[in-house]
Amino acid sequence: MNFDFNEEQRALADTVQRFIARDYSFEKRRAIRDSGAGWSRDVWQALADLGVLALNIDEEHGGLGYGPQETGLVMAAFGAGLLLEPYLAGAVIAPALIRRTASADYQREWLPKIATGEAIVVLAHADARGEAVTENKGKLSGRKAVVAHGACADLLLVSARTAGGGIGLFAVTPGAEGVALRDYPTLDGQRAADLVLNNAPAIKVGAGSLCVPGNPLRGQVTANAIEAALDIGLAALCAEAVGIMDATIAATTEYLKTRQQFGQPIGRFQALQHRMADMLLHLEQARSMSYLAAMHCASEDRPARQRTLSAAKVTVGQACRFIAQNAVQLHGGMGMTDELMLSHWFKRLTAIEMSFGDTDMHLQRFVRLARAA
Amino acid sequence: MDLNFSPEENAFREEVRNFVAEKLPAPIRHKVMNGVHLNRDEHVQWQRILHQRGWGGPGWPKEFGGPGWTPTEQYIFEEECAAGGAPRLISFGLKMIAPVLMAFGSPAQQQRYLPTILSAEEWWCQGYSEPGAGSDLASVKTSAVRINSTEGDHYIVNGQKTWTTLGQYADWIFCLVRTDPEAKKQSGISFLLIDMKTPGVTVRPIITLDGAHEVNEVWLEEVRVPVENLIGEENKGWTYAKFLLGHERTNIAGIGIAKRELARLKRIAAAEGRLDEPLFAARVAQVEIDLIALEITNLRVLSAERARKAPGPEASILKIKGTEIQQAISELMMQAVGAYALPFRQADVGPDYAANLGAGYCNLRKLSIFGGSNEIQKNIISQMIMGL
Repeated sequence: MNFDFNEEQRALADTVQRFIARDYSFEKRRAIRDSGAGWSRDVWQALADLGVLALNIDEEHGGLGYGPQETGLVMAAFGAGLLLEPYLAGAVIAPALIRRTASADYQREWLPKIATGEAIVVLAHADARGEAVTENKGKLSGRKAVVAHGACADLLLVSARTAGGGIGLFAVTPGAEGVALRDYPTLDGQRAADLVLNNAPAIKVGAGSLCVPGNPLRGQVTANAIEAALDIGLAALCAEAVGIMDATIAATTEYLKTRQQFGQPIGRFQALQHRMADMLLHLEQARSMSYLAAMHCASEDRPARQRTLSAAKVTVGQACRFIAQNAVQLHGGMGMTDELMLSHWFKRLTAIEMSFGDTDMHLQRFVRLARAA
Repeated sequence: MDLNFSPEENAFREEVRNFVAEKLPAPIRHKVMNGVHLNRDEHVQWQRILHQRGWGGPGWPKEFGGPGWTPTEQYIFEEECAAGGAPRLISFGLKMIAPVLMAFGSPAQQQRYLPTILSAEEWWCQGYSEPGAGSDLASVKTSAVRINSTEGDHYIVNGQKTWTTLGQYADWIFCLVRTDPEAKKQSGISFLLIDMKTPGVTVRPIITLDGAHEVNEVWLEEVRVPVENLIGEENKGWTYAKFLLGHERTNIAGIGIAKRELARLKRIAAAEGRLDEPLFAARVAQVEIDLIALEITNLRVLSAERARKAPGPEASILKIKGTEIQQAISELMMQAVGAYALPFRQADVGPDYAANLGAGYCNLRKLSIFGGSNEIQKNIISQMIMGL
């Protein structure tokens, strides 16, 4: 039992924190956010040069072969800096998905490009209600809703109901005929897109070992692989949230020490002290669950993994709401302004709670899994 | 980072589990598993069984007769004892006065008092709180006046202690007393050991809302206490008192007990069909999730403690969350049985498992009040950890 990070992990965290401090200031982020694309290819290349895009790619495909713990450290630092670039989608979930679904050839083609920053691959999974994407004779039709960073993808991996009744994963090239992306900013300053497919050409990913032709469980295998990749992403998301909450609480503590009212720092008032203590309780419980999520997110034991990840998302989601709301409250009017980082952390924490299944959804899933056990 | 226990620790867990299964008397186990208060003899019986095995003082170092366990081993021990239905160790001797004696007592005091704590030959109680000194402990008024006499120097103690848990069983009480009425609050306090059989000591029961006699008032009238019973130096008692309060928070999270009680909640809720109700099932799930998180938080604190020895202010986090979880479980257990939680102290109406749930819920309201109220813990967190 040991909760310390090793020297290599600390060095990695340090590198990323220094990058954020030096090259990703609040003003720089604002400029990127307000640019047409809403993200920066230059920043992406800088991340590739740092090596962090290769983190989740194994060594034989030109990566570093690290795991969820290292990813968590990086995500925490990117969280505090509110990175706008598609790290979670492109450098965490995409490699995990390709490794679990794609043929050896396909992996050899795409994983090295992800590691070097040459290609951004994004999963488009959640269907718009009533417009599920379906496959018919190698063509896809339907709508994917709020695909995070969908418009910056060089390649989209799209889940679809196949004619055979299962779930398949298909590669779709943006710009191809029948592929439309409606790109927009989201609450947290990041970008997302609705993906509208109209008889769009698609290549089935994974003629490899996981998808055996003629196997009736084939669709389930693919669905499970997508779910497994998203679980890796969920653990990373939890770590990001903890990084943001750390920064939010530090900033709020500082504000309470400096802001004077009634002739004293407002941090002297017990009502506010106790609110801060409650925020810290949420944070530490969330941090614990983020560690546990990192530990379990790649496990093969699916029910145990899902149970832990749902518990983590409930704890983290509740902490996100509590800390975000109270940090704004304790900042008073200043908490409402766009000029402080605080309100931007607030919005990202709000978005995180609603992503990858919200608190209610995960609480219900936890109940279901407990009953099934 | 490695969240797994070592093979040695797992083997140790197995050893404790087997020991509890084999040696814990069935009637005691049955009472603990059903939330029934134990009597003095039952507590003493279990302590002697542990002592025979060399496990009487789980937190004690070897030099004083303890097993010399690491914080993680102590945690495993407490968790397995709780899971197996063993009584909670009586902490006043083992976890409160003993560490103070080890750190600040004279060799004579250590030899006199420590062995009988381990063997349960003497029962201790805590003389801290007073009617006017609760959270504001440093305002204790009980006075001790030093008398130099030819029959031996001694103190004359006068005052009133309260909320004295299980004082009705106690042979000894350790007391905070004021030896310098002129000095500033914290600096005039001393730490005295008082024999409960001394003339002038009177114990009066306080009946709590659950109808139980767990706490007492202790009146001290012209009580003569030999100066040999002073711990450390006169007027330095506050230092020892704070040290003790730090130790009191070790294992305060009560993870093992909470896990056992959560399992009981699930059994009762299942028997009552309540887990089929989405709202009730979600409330149970919420507590279970909080407990999973707290277990990891607890292990993180233990892991940090290994490096630093005494528990730091982080223990306050464990105290608050741990007590909230135990209270929530007791509340849900009571809710689960509906109207049959209402018959008061009746063993023969409703399902067996319902008999103590109303009283148990009432009793556990104490958790967020004692050991430094949860509000005091929040003061500690905001001031000591966050620097506000």
